[in-house]
Amino acid sequence: MSESIDKTAIKLDVVKLRAWFGAFEVLRGISLSVLARRVTAVIGPSGCGKSTFVRCLNRLHELSPRAGVTGQVLLDGSDIYAAGLDPARVRRRIGMVFQKPNPFPHMSIHDNVLAGTRMNGIAVPDRDQLVERALRQVGLWDEVKDELDRPGHHLSGGQQQRLCLARALALEPEVILMDEPCSSLDPVATAKVEELIRELGERYTILIVTHNMQQAARVSDLTAFFYLGEVVEYDATDVIFTKPNDARTEDYITGRFG
Amino acid sequence: MSRAHTDREYEAELRKLREQVVLMGSKVEEMIASSMRALTLRDDALADKVIQLDHEVNRLEMETDELCLRILARRQPVASDLRFIAITLKLVTDLERMGDCTVNICERVLELNREPPLTETFVVLPAMADAAQAMVKDALDALVTGNIQRAEELIIDRDRVVDAYYAQIFRELLTYMMENPRNIFRATRLQSIAKYLERIGDHATNLAEMIVFMKKGKDVRHPFSRAISKTP
Repeated sequence: MSESIDKTAIKLDVVKLRAWFGAFEVLRGISLSVLARRVTAVIGPSGCGKSTFVRCLNRLHELSPRAGVTGQVLLDGSDIYAAGLDPARVRRRIGMVFQKPNPFPHMSIHDNVLAGTRMNGIAVPDRDQLVERALRQVGLWDEVKDELDRPGHHLSGGQQQRLCLARALALEPEVILMDEPCSSLDPVATAKVEELIRELGERYTILIVTHNMQQAARVSDLTAFFYLGEVVEYDATDVIFTKPNDARTEDYITGRFG
Repeated sequence: MSRAHTDREYEAELRKLREQVVLMGSKVEEMIASSMRALTLRDDALADKVIQLDHEVNRLEMETDELCLRILARRQPVASDLRFIAITLKLVTDLERMGDCTVNICERVLELNREPPLTETFVVLPAMADAAQAMVKDALDALVTGNIQRAEELIIDRDRVVDAYYAQIFRELLTYMMENPRNIFRATRLQSIAKYLERIGDHATNLAEMIVFMKKGKDVRHPFSRAISKTP
């Protein structure tokens, strides 16, 4: 990491993180500091471990069969893998949005937004207010305010993805993980979600995994290039896309990878 | 840019761009050499030929710009590819201006050919032209081979040589003019030619600076300006 990164505001400090599926080591010792209120992109070829990486950051990876994890993930200095810590508590603070929009199909838009709070048994004093605030945050309020009782899966793909983001935001997380959030969206819906990422990036710590390098270049402040389960280079996005330091990063982003 | 792109069409576009810049550079070199021969041999036809050759350089500039825009729009180049395209857009501007300088030289040559020769300075001007032409050649060699050291020499040492020639010629021509007012018309033409060659050296320095930037990703222009103030 070059001096262009301010290390004083680390939100999530990943230390020597290793992850397995059975005997196969997917992450081979990742150390990376995710900065508070910044958008960090993780790029790399298929199979480089970038999705596994984000799934380790809110303790989703361990739910996969034969999964293993070692190392530390420090959220504001405290290890989310500490013994006795309830993973559900971690996931409240570190929300996630997935590749395919996954609103609960038989729940109304209104209930979809509140689903996380219900599952976590969180008392919400004013539900309607929370729903409106979360939907406004993702720019969906004006589009759906008259059909809050309709099922969420009637919405377009882009609207569904923003609904899922609203559901994550309703839990008031500190970190939002996004795994290929636009890969099933058309360019207009993608542009809306990207704009949203930039806006939310001013208040939340966002980590986005993407195959789309131009997307990483557009939305992120920092970019990490993963290859074969290791961080090859992590730096300001401007540096990565104009003058990367590692030849492997250069080869990957310019399209010279075998 | 050692390894080839997975996309061969993209690779071919970048190669074409490189070839186009080198072709433009070789035309400019030829124009510098021919303009000096037109001066020393008092050859009007050769001077006219250089003036005509400039159209080709202009055309190459436009074609190269167009290709750069097309690659930017369709490939979204990054890193070393992006730096290459960005400097190419500027390289061709400098090369085109060098071409214009040789046209201006030939216009002065045509004027001088209507007058009796003012002999001695003719030796120093072609030497100065050789130095300027070698700068253009070496800058483009550095572009092709990626030899940064060569480009870095150009930026400081070699441009000084051309500047020194200019100062020497200017002093000499002053003495001619003071000796005899009849020399003034020819001496000012010759002084203009020296000035155009000096400009060519400056443009070649620009080429070298851009090539260093392309290879290193580091802007080596205007070190003194950089030290003085930073925009907030």
